[in-house]
Order: sequence, then C-alpha cells, then structure tokens
Amino acid sequence: MKMNLLSNRRQKTLWMMVIGTIVLLAIIFSKVWVDTDKILTNLNTRNVAPTWDYLFGTDWLGRDMFTRTMMGLSLSIRVGLIGAIGSTVIALTLGMVAATMGKTVDRVISWLIDLFLSVPHLVALILISFTVGGGFKGVVIGLIATHWPSLARVIRAEVMQVRSAEYVQMSRRLGKSNGWIAVHHIFPHLVPQVIIGFMLLFPHAILHEAAITFLGLGLSPHEPAIGIILSESMKYLSSGLWWLAFFPGLALLIVVRLFDKIGESLKVLIDPTKAHL
Amino acid sequence: MALKIGRFLFFKAIRIATLLVAICLISFLLVKNSPIDPIQAYIGADMLKVSPEQRAQIEAYWGLDQPVMTQFFSWGSAVLQGDLGTSMIYRRPVIDVIGERFVNSIVLMVAAWILSGIIGFTLGVIAAMKRNTWIDRMIQWYCYTLASTPTFWVGLLMVIVFAVWLGWFPVGLGVPVGVLAEDVTILDRLQHLFLPVITLSIVGVAGVALHTRQKLIDVLSSDYILFAKARGERGFLLFWRHGLRNILLPAITLQFAAFSELFGGAVLAEQVFSYPGLGQATVEAGLRGDVPLLLGLVIFSTFFVFTGNLLADLIYQVVDPRTREGRVK
Repeated sequence: MKMNLLSNRRQKTLWMMVIGTIVLLAIIFSKVWVDTDKILTNLNTRNVAPTWDYLFGTDWLGRDMFTRTMMGLSLSIRVGLIGAIGSTVIALTLGMVAATMGKTVDRVISWLIDLFLSVPHLVALILISFTVGGGFKGVVIGLIATHWPSLARVIRAEVMQVRSAEYVQMSRRLGKSNGWIAVHHIFPHLVPQVIIGFMLLFPHAILHEAAITFLGLGLSPHEPAIGIILSESMKYLSSGLWWLAFFPGLALLIVVRLFDKIGESLKVLIDPTKAHL
Repeated sequence: MALKIGRFLFFKAIRIATLLVAICLISFLLVKNSPIDPIQAYIGADMLKVSPEQRAQIEAYWGLDQPVMTQFFSWGSAVLQGDLGTSMIYRRPVIDVIGERFVNSIVLMVAAWILSGIIGFTLGVIAAMKRNTWIDRMIQWYCYTLASTPTFWVGLLMVIVFAVWLGWFPVGLGVPVGVLAEDVTILDRLQHLFLPVITLSIVGVAGVALHTRQKLIDVLSSDYILFAKARGERGFLLFWRHGLRNILLPAITLQFAAFSELFGGAVLAEQVFSYPGLGQATVEAGLRGDVPLLLGLVIFSTFFVFTGNLLADLIYQVVDPRTREGRVK
C-alpha cells in the first residue's frame, strides 16, 4: 500500500514534467502551427476584445494578440535559453576552478562573485545593454554576465564537499590521478546540480529579458518580444484595451512558472536524498 | 565584543572598498566602450551645426582626447570629492539629481519593504503553523507563482484595475499634472505612491514568506517545542513564546539582504507608474546616453546594496546571541 502511494507521487511529478515540456515545446515552435498572417496589420479588426476567433483580442493595428504573444514567448524563451546556457557554463567553470585550484584562486573567485552580486541585476543589465548599444547582443551578454554567481557558489560548495569525501580520499591514496577523480567521482555528482541549476536559472533569464526589453533597453521594437508587447500596451491601457497587457503577461507568467515547476520536479526526481518523496 | 565587531567592520570595509573601486573601474570602461557617442548624445539634433574643430574643442574640454586610464583617474578623483559630474539630460549636477530622486525612491522602497516584510512574515508563520492544510498549500502556491511573476506586469494590472476601471488612483507621475510644486499636498503624494508601493509589496512577499515558513517548520520540529507541547502549550501562545524570536531575526536579515531585488523592482514599478525616482532616472540615462548620470546611479545602487548586506551581517553579529557567543570564544 505504502509503496504504491510513493511511486504514484513520483509518477505524478514525472507526468507533470512531460506535460509541461510538451506545452513549452509547442510554444517554442509556435511558428509551425500558428497562423503568422494574423500578425499583419488588418484595419478591419482593430481593438477587438477577446473572442473565440481572437483568443487574446487584437491591438490598435488589428494584429492578433494570441499570435503575437506566442511568437513573443518563443523569442523570449530562445533568448533566455542562450542566456541560461552561457551563465551555466561560466558558473560551472568558475565553481570548479574555485574549488580545485587552491586558496588564492578561491578567494579571487569569491570576490568576483561578490562583485557581480553587488550591482542590482537590472542596473547591471541596463549598463551592459548601454555598452553594447542595445539590441539582441546586449540582452544576451547581459543575461549571461548577471546570472551565474549563485549557481557558481552552489557548484563550488558541491565540488568541495565531494573532494573531501572519504571515498575520494581513498581513491587518491590508491594512486588515481586528479583527472580520473574529476571524471569518475566529481563529475557524476555535478551533473544533476548543473541540470537543476540550469533549469532554475532559465525562468529568471526569461523574466529579466522581458523586463529589460520592457524598459526599452533590450530587443528592438521591431521584434515581436513579450516585453515590447507589454510596453506598447501601456499607451492603450487608459483607453480600456486591458487585454493587450493582461493575456501576454499571464502567458509569460505561465511559461516561467512551468519552467520553474519542471526544474523543481527534476530536483525531486534526481536528488537521491529526496528519493523517498 | 566591541573589538570583535570593530575588526569585523574593518575587514568588511576593506572588502567593500575594493569591490567599489572595481565596480567604478569596470562600469567606467564599459561606458567608454559604448558605441553611443557622448558628444552627439550631449548636443543632440544640433549635431550637424557642429564643425569638426568645435567637436575637437569639446573633446579637449571634457578630456575625451586623453587615454582612458587618465580619464578614469580624473573622474575617480572627482568622485572621491563627491563630484559625479553633470547630467546631460537634466543639465544639473548628477549628485543633485540623484539626491532629489532618492528622496522619492526611498519613500517608495521603504514603504514597500516594510509592508512586504510584515505581510510575508505573517504569511510564512501562518503557513508553517497550519502546515499541510489547504491554507498552507494556498500560501505556498501563491508565493511560488509570485516568484515567477514579472513585476511590471503586476504594475500594469494595478493600473488596469485601480486606475482605469475603478478610477481610484491617477495613472502615473509622482505629483498631479498642472499643479505647482508648492501646492502638492501630502495626500496627493500618498495617492500617487499607493499603487507602486502595493505593486512592489505584492511581488516582494514571496521570499520572506517561504523562508519564514521553512525556518518555523524547522523550529517546530525541535525538542524544546516538543517539550513545550508536552506541557500543554499550543497554537498562538506556543508560537509567541518559542517560535517568534527564533525566526524573526532570519526574516529581518533576509529583508535587508534583498535590497538588490528591491531596487530592481523599484526600477520596473517606477517605469510603469512614471514615478520620478532613481529607477526611472536609470532607464532614462541608459536610453538617452547620459553617461555621468548612469555611472553615478550604478555607484549609488551598489552602495545601496552594500548597505543592505552590511546591515544584515551586523544584525547577525550584534543581535543574535548564538553568533555573539560564538565570536567571543
């Protein structure tokens, strides 16, 4: 009886992950199934409130908001993906280097981490975007540069812990090389941490991309980004076009929440100390 | 004891000083490498009327023809004397602009900080005391959802509901339009402050609430709680006598350590409500290429974050009896 219950919990988590992943993939590849003609200007259908034909309504140029939102999300996810991958790579490298290359290097890296944590993320993003001259490049570099510190700390701690574990000490005594230990003992422990860390970075990267684009310092206004959609909607809120802001933001919230949920589920599934859940 | 704290402060100060210098240098170099031409940003549309000779003169006047490091040192020594240069868009000293904006922002941030702290703490306590009930699940769901919510979208929702539909609050700006500065009443200011504060507080609740919940659950599973329960204590009294003091400190420190997110949230909230604070100034400076103002704001926001972190550390050092005893040993 008890066994059954436990496996159900895990199965439920697994199912949730699968469904979440399918939804996200559908959004990322929305170009395939969404009617892209609908984002063209169509002055006959301006400012239509949400109906079955136009799920999210249309804007002041008659563009279908649902299509715009899907394409915007797809873009945001892709930008977030690049940012999250870059950040994870930096975090992994610096975290491992800090834990293995001795005290001085460790101090330097922890100082670096403090350095990047001491400027508010959004201010750093604005500064970097200004330096690069805005646009896609600015956002991506900004995202990569600001999101690694917390994960680097986690990886550093994990590596240090594994290194001081008895079986690693034993392995060293048995004459295994540093490389061998890194590949066979440390790396297997790191993989789950890195995957989870990456999955939890992802939603943050997406949110920050949307935020910086919303402020006007991110992706260019010609891109169908979610931040652009929301910042444009601000002008029309006072004339009552609430759906311009409501649905795209809600969709963004759902996407970010899904990513977070998948990350958390992954954590529960992979983490051996939570195997009983 | 005082000596320990003195030493702690001394090393902290050195660390902060090195970090600040590095931040100044890095942001200076970054800004200098921007493709946005500072002279063009300064002159704006009249650029065509400026001859190459005049341009060279302006460059020489600003010292832009010097090597970057020389420029950095002259800028740095001016900063040390409290001179951050002149803002290009406001045509006023940066320090004045920041000072004026800071007053607006600090009201907003302090209000949101206190409100989100109290609400978050209360929610966390309720969730932990009612663990595994529907209340707990609801609070957790709410917090996790908030953690994924874009701040600016919450702001937009506030505008839609309270400003457009209900018409209770003005749509934007820190003060009413068309009213002389001296005629602006406290009530006007409060009215314009309300929505941004609510927006920031709603989003800021999540961290404290989840953290407090976890801490209180840890505390509740300890032996002394078991003993207290065995004596028949329960409910609010149990929390009041044994829980509160144990979880209040981490919650307060967490709030102090969250200054960075608070500032980021304020940038977005100010933008949505066109509230004339530091965040809006940062965005303006970035968009319109106001280099001195941008640099000043980066340094200022860094200071702000450091202050928060330092206060968080100090509270642990001074208030928490466990750390205090540990240090003395």
